[in-house]
Amino acid sequence: MSTSDEPVAQGGYGKPGAADTRSIWALRWRRFRGHRTGVASLVVLAVLVVFCLMAGPLEAWRGIDATQTDLFKRYQPISAEHWLGTDDAGRDVLARLMYGGQVSLLVGLLATVIGGVFGVSLGLLAGYYGGRLDNALMRLTDGMIALPLLPLLIVLGAVDLTKLGFSAEAAHSQSVAFWRIILIIALVDWTAIARIVRAATLSVKERDYVSAARGSGANALYIMARHILPNTITPIIVAFTLTVGRVILFESVLSFLGFGIVPPTPSWGNMLNNAQELVTTAPALAIYPGLLIFITVIAVNFLGDAMQHAFDPRSEK
Amino acid sequence: MLSFITRRLLQTLVVLLVMSFVIYGLMGLMPGDPVDIMAASQPGMTPEVMANLRAIYGLDQPLMVRYARWLMAVLSGDFGFSRTHARPVLEVLTPALLQTCKLMLASFTFSVILSLVLGVSSAFKPGGWIDGFVSLFAFAGISVPIFWLALVLILTFAVGLQWLPASGMGQVGDFGFWDQVRHLALPVLALTLANTGQFTRYVRAAMIETLQMDFIRTARAKGSGSRRVIFVHALRNAMVPFVTIMALSFGSLFSGALVTETMFAQMGMGKMIYDSILSNDFNLALIGLLFATFTTLMANLLADLAYVALDPRIRLE
Repeated sequence: MSTSDEPVAQGGYGKPGAADTRSIWALRWRRFRGHRTGVASLVVLAVLVVFCLMAGPLEAWRGIDATQTDLFKRYQPISAEHWLGTDDAGRDVLARLMYGGQVSLLVGLLATVIGGVFGVSLGLLAGYYGGRLDNALMRLTDGMIALPLLPLLIVLGAVDLTKLGFSAEAAHSQSVAFWRIILIIALVDWTAIARIVRAATLSVKERDYVSAARGSGANALYIMARHILPNTITPIIVAFTLTVGRVILFESVLSFLGFGIVPPTPSWGNMLNNAQELVTTAPALAIYPGLLIFITVIAVNFLGDAMQHAFDPRSEK
Repeated sequence: MLSFITRRLLQTLVVLLVMSFVIYGLMGLMPGDPVDIMAASQPGMTPEVMANLRAIYGLDQPLMVRYARWLMAVLSGDFGFSRTHARPVLEVLTPALLQTCKLMLASFTFSVILSLVLGVSSAFKPGGWIDGFVSLFAFAGISVPIFWLALVLILTFAVGLQWLPASGMGQVGDFGFWDQVRHLALPVLALTLANTGQFTRYVRAAMIETLQMDFIRTARAKGSGSRRVIFVHALRNAMVPFVTIMALSFGSLFSGALVTETMFAQMGMGKMIYDSILSNDFNLALIGLLFATFTTLMANLLADLAYVALDPRIRLE
């Protein structure tokens, strides 16, 4: 990865009054812009998000209904009315891809934020207080990391919510299925963030400004929120980004296996539910959703990698 | 060293015990219970009979009591019966385990070889064109949804080119060695491609880090050839973190195997767990999941031991 070297300060060394006045974020953005794959990924992701958000307007403009099933129009080829043809229930494939993308991306973001907030809190507490609390929390994290996650997620996805006190109606509703997959993924995917935040906290809490704050009587919560968190933010941003990619993959495979987003709500994963049939009848339909997942996740991973380089001044050029 | 092993072994046992309880509890939350399933195939079963049956099987007992009874049975070697296979769980488990071993061992071996070749060649000249190509391949590997990769392989090699069978473990009436190899080829290819990405990134990172160390400079200064430095001095040291990572990735390898086996209809552990959850085969699912957890924990333990054994700088208190 080649990045353009920027001068340390515009005015050169040692000149009074020529200090670099750009903020740290401006510098980071500058470094990031030199990272071609990173910028390309950002553009790809922006296009994907706009593409998915256009689902409603485009549907109205084309005068079709993505939920409209028509068994006389199954597996239609590409046409002026159905730009990517129709699926096994005669629904418009393009519209479902766009709506499915909204669901998949939203699950990716929400599960990352929920799991991430949990991971950040855990990492902060473990790193800041150390000792027994640290030991206990890290054993919990190690235990979690050691588990085979997919089988565990399948079991969690198969749990009958009526046995947890939900009404039968609520347990089988679309929105509960949506939140349930977000929560179960968040429940298992917080370990990477927790470890990164703990490690960063361990180093930041030894700095002088933290001792100074403590000496001036600041309480632990204030120090963590005001001093430690802002100084650990760059690895957190990178970890969050990489987690989004992983979560989208988890969502897709769970929905594909039938334990995630429940049809008729589309997601890129559950659009491949009847893939075994698609392979022989309409191979293109087996390609589209997976290709979108692949492009999204690879762009997210490249973005995370580029940010890691942009945020770390010592990183390889 | 011995006390370290004992302590880690105890820790592993505790995690396994906790997980057995969690998984047992989750199994109780699966849709339906064994008596419901009996009632479904026996119309005319009265509620009194069902209540009696529950009492006989101890299903009306509190969770802790049921768990304790189950644990006692398991510890004395009684794993129960599989509902769908109508055979003892152990008899169903053994052939599935063998099948998964074939798949995982083959993919693992290929992944290791491939990632060593790719990772080392990209570390020769970071930022060069080989490195760019390898890193694209590695990012693709970690970003591809494995079930979709399997679909693409089926479309290409089974439906399109018709070189290899799309599913199953062998032709009826054949089942010879080469027949089995033909049926394993695509699953192994899918799992290998998906795994190699992560492995390659680790090898590359470890190699680049090692190549910056002082002893490498010393070796170069003393006149060691570039190849000798890479393959003798650097690779040996880079192998230490790599061996650890390989053992730690067992869980994700198993998750990948679950999806691959499901896609290619291979009757291995992963597919067995998936099928048993779908068909309410509680005993089989429970033992299958626990076995997967146990194996993953053991792999993690091995990773720790390997780390200590290979790196003399690590001293255990």
